[in-house]
Amino acid sequence: MDFTNMTVERSNVQLSKTDFESDQMVKWCPGCGAHAILSAVERVFPKIGYKKENFCMVSGIGCSSRFPYYVNTYGIHGIHGRAAAIGTGVKIANPKLSTWIATGDGDSLAIGGNHFIHIIRRNVDVNILLFNNQIYGLTKGQYSPTTPMGKVTKTSPQGTIEHPFTVGELVLGAQGTFFARVPDNNINLMTEAMFEAARHDGTSIIEIMQNCIIFADKAHSDVIGKEVKDENMLVLKNGEPMLFGKNHEKGLRLKDTRLEVVEIGKNGITLDDILVHDQYSQDPGIHMMLAKLAPPHFPMVFGVIRSAMFPTYDDLVEEQIKYAKETSKIKCVDDLLNSGDTWEI
Amino acid sequence: MAKKKRTVVERESVVVKFVGDSGDGMQLTGDMFSEVAALAGNDLATFPDFPAEIRAPQNTIAGVSGFQMHMGSSKIYTTGDLVDVLIAMNPASLKSNLKWAKKGATILTDTDAFDDKAIEKAGYKQDPLTDRSLDSYNMIKAPITTLTKESLKDMGVDNKTAERSKNMFALGMLYYIFNRDLKSSFKYFEKRFKKKPELIEINKVVLQQGFNYADTIEALESVIQVSPAKMEKGRYRNITGNVATAWGLLAASEKSGRPLFLGSYPITPATEILMELSKHKSLGAKVFQAEDEIAGICSAIGASYTGSLACTTTSGPGLSLKSEAIGLAVITELPLVIVNVQRGGPSTGLPTKSEQSDLYQALFGRNGECPVIVIAASSSENCFYYAYEAAKLSLEHMTPCILLTDGYLGFGSALFRIPKMADMPAINPPIAEANDPDYKPYRRDPETLVRKWALPGTEGLRHRIGGLEKEDIIGTVSTDPLNHQKMVDYRNAKVEKVADFIPAQPIDGAPTGDLLVVSWGGTFGAVHSAVKQMQDEGKSVSHAHFHHIMPLPKNTGEVLSGFKKVVVCELNSGQFVNYLRMKHPATSYHQFNKVQGLPFMINELTDKFHQLLEEK
Repeated sequence: MDFTNMTVERSNVQLSKTDFESDQMVKWCPGCGAHAILSAVERVFPKIGYKKENFCMVSGIGCSSRFPYYVNTYGIHGIHGRAAAIGTGVKIANPKLSTWIATGDGDSLAIGGNHFIHIIRRNVDVNILLFNNQIYGLTKGQYSPTTPMGKVTKTSPQGTIEHPFTVGELVLGAQGTFFARVPDNNINLMTEAMFEAARHDGTSIIEIMQNCIIFADKAHSDVIGKEVKDENMLVLKNGEPMLFGKNHEKGLRLKDTRLEVVEIGKNGITLDDILVHDQYSQDPGIHMMLAKLAPPHFPMVFGVIRSAMFPTYDDLVEEQIKYAKETSKIKCVDDLLNSGDTWEI
Repeated sequence: MAKKKRTVVERESVVVKFVGDSGDGMQLTGDMFSEVAALAGNDLATFPDFPAEIRAPQNTIAGVSGFQMHMGSSKIYTTGDLVDVLIAMNPASLKSNLKWAKKGATILTDTDAFDDKAIEKAGYKQDPLTDRSLDSYNMIKAPITTLTKESLKDMGVDNKTAERSKNMFALGMLYYIFNRDLKSSFKYFEKRFKKKPELIEINKVVLQQGFNYADTIEALESVIQVSPAKMEKGRYRNITGNVATAWGLLAASEKSGRPLFLGSYPITPATEILMELSKHKSLGAKVFQAEDEIAGICSAIGASYTGSLACTTTSGPGLSLKSEAIGLAVITELPLVIVNVQRGGPSTGLPTKSEQSDLYQALFGRNGECPVIVIAASSSENCFYYAYEAAKLSLEHMTPCILLTDGYLGFGSALFRIPKMADMPAINPPIAEANDPDYKPYRRDPETLVRKWALPGTEGLRHRIGGLEKEDIIGTVSTDPLNHQKMVDYRNAKVEKVADFIPAQPIDGAPTGDLLVVSWGGTFGAVHSAVKQMQDEGKSVSHAHFHHIMPLPKNTGEVLSGFKKVVVCELNSGQFVNYLRMKHPATSYHQFNKVQGLPFMINELTDKFHQLLEEK
């Protein structure tokens, strides 16, 4: 796979995982899904091929947001909810940096919800790893904007009475150009999605279904658990039919205006009836339908759901500056100071 | 230009105020009159006075828009307390501004606008132009709307366009009264209406007819002459405080070689800085209009981490929203310029009025031990130099700097002697070199305690910083108690050491005496003028106006100790005086405060000073 974006300088030497390992002790709980995410990042960064000095990690607050301390890149650990805003500044100021944001469901969807939707709307070329564990971990177990309704947590002893966000729906609603969903128990899927996110010009959101072993253990196991994953997970591949099931016997079909689950060989259904995934489609209609699917009536969809080409904010900034430099008479501050009406005394 | 022999009265300075309905074009009229005064060599200061609403109901007090200008043949420090010449285009504007007119002031009105309905809407019981209530003023009552239409009747101009030109008729009359030349305004029309050539002729005709009319009716027994001011030689322009602030930041960016990044959210009265910088992409300025105040400052922090001269501009409520992020910039020890164009508070307060009530917020409004540099501009034109200095101090000392200006400075304009970039002081940010084997994120210069700035993308300097306390030198996360104490002490000492790099506090007047008047920020003009008046009366009064607040200049204690009495004057309930009480407790302070959304009047200051001198 080639990179279209040549803004970030590439490394002359082949880097390896060790180039990105930090000397800091990783302090996540044993068994936390974040360890696998870190491992995937350390694995994918050398593959992406940029110079190691050109990666910049940004985070907010929460378990996820300790991430920058654990990878040996440039990094800034910010304040609660603001990683998207800080990352926007990093990328606009220096588009030559491959900018990555590590964040969580509380950080990005509650306190940082405003920045999250606006970075997506602007299509700033950053990659956002959204650790969705459906709980506030660092503050020890309060419900988050993705906690399923009715769930008992420390702040909802009778169960939550809030409707959770579906991350993909929010992202696409904010005009997201890239959305992928991956489970934390499949490092290959994670690295593939991260690689594609790096390739994508624009805001890439990777929702990682991450397990918090302490406060929301097995929150995702109804979908990604070993026993159920064949039935409940549909892994998308661009250009291929949307199949799932133990022997790929089931698939998704577009019936009228809705998706439905069908079985190949039953009721005259053949492979030709199955929807073929087009992640590059500009129209987000099918992507939105896919992002919303969930058990029990549907599988949950994984992999790259959307990866559509639109101009990025940072490219447009550079274009406007280039144009202004070419056309403006004001080339330096002395020009500016003496522009317009001035007179000699 | 006056052809008839008319006596000429020489005046050292004159305050003129244009008032009318929001749609009457008072800002443009005022701008043009100011421009002509500047070209005639006067020094001047201007201030627009407009309602918070964009277009309040017509002919109401709420809808009155004004423009005040003070011009003179000597240095002008304020926009003037009371008005010598008032141009009131409707009853509401007359009603709301009469209190600012001097006794015997000249008042020019459009009699056509004084119909029963407008008179009633303004809250008058009867027509003020006929009830003799204005007898003590020099009234010039002219049917301006009718005369404007009359001037244009041969040009086939529709009624609406004709009515909209009435401000130019009034301006023409004023040009006559002040013996001004029309030519430069003709040129101005040619430039402004290039795309609508029919408007060039209309405005020219109306302006000329206004001038001729004033001549014909012999509007005044004499014309007023304000001679050119003796000003330092050089090239000049008119500039508002907000534009000067924007340009100061651009200048600092060019000088330091650090690209400018502005992350801001629109807020009155600071928005003009954001708008102005948006125009200057040709100088490489990256301007990001953020989704909120917090994103404004956070994007600036991201940009600062990557090596930009990063700035955010706001007003009081916006500064409140930025507090947490300022703390992040303090603990990460990144440069960041935060401009607060102060307005009346608390909360939404008085958005278009000026106050100095955010000083506590600038000094103390954050969690934890969180020192930042605080400086304040004192005139519209020196916003340029203080914005430049804010950037210089912040970049060289690797810590945020809050620049305080206010709505009065920001909206107001003054003549600005154009500097040459070559003459501006150098700015040297402490950028770490690639592959420096000794680089550590929190290794400090022993003298300044400043850490190095390692820019992402540079080989061999990969590091992480963030909002968690960091271990001295190596910069890894640390919760060690003694390390925290050390880092808190370093951050405080680093900001205190900035005092070694700022000028000593000057005193205007003798270094010892009966009374020292202390002020800071945007009140300079009024306080300076009041002190000068006292000094001219032979009183033992001196003035210390502070631009550097955190840290204070090193000689502050000495300055305060030379006087029998010290009075601190500010547009708040006593924030600077209490800060001085904390920093220099040996002095006993008097204070003079006003929190009305209005600037100091010279008279109220001199009254206070006289009282203090008389009291034992």
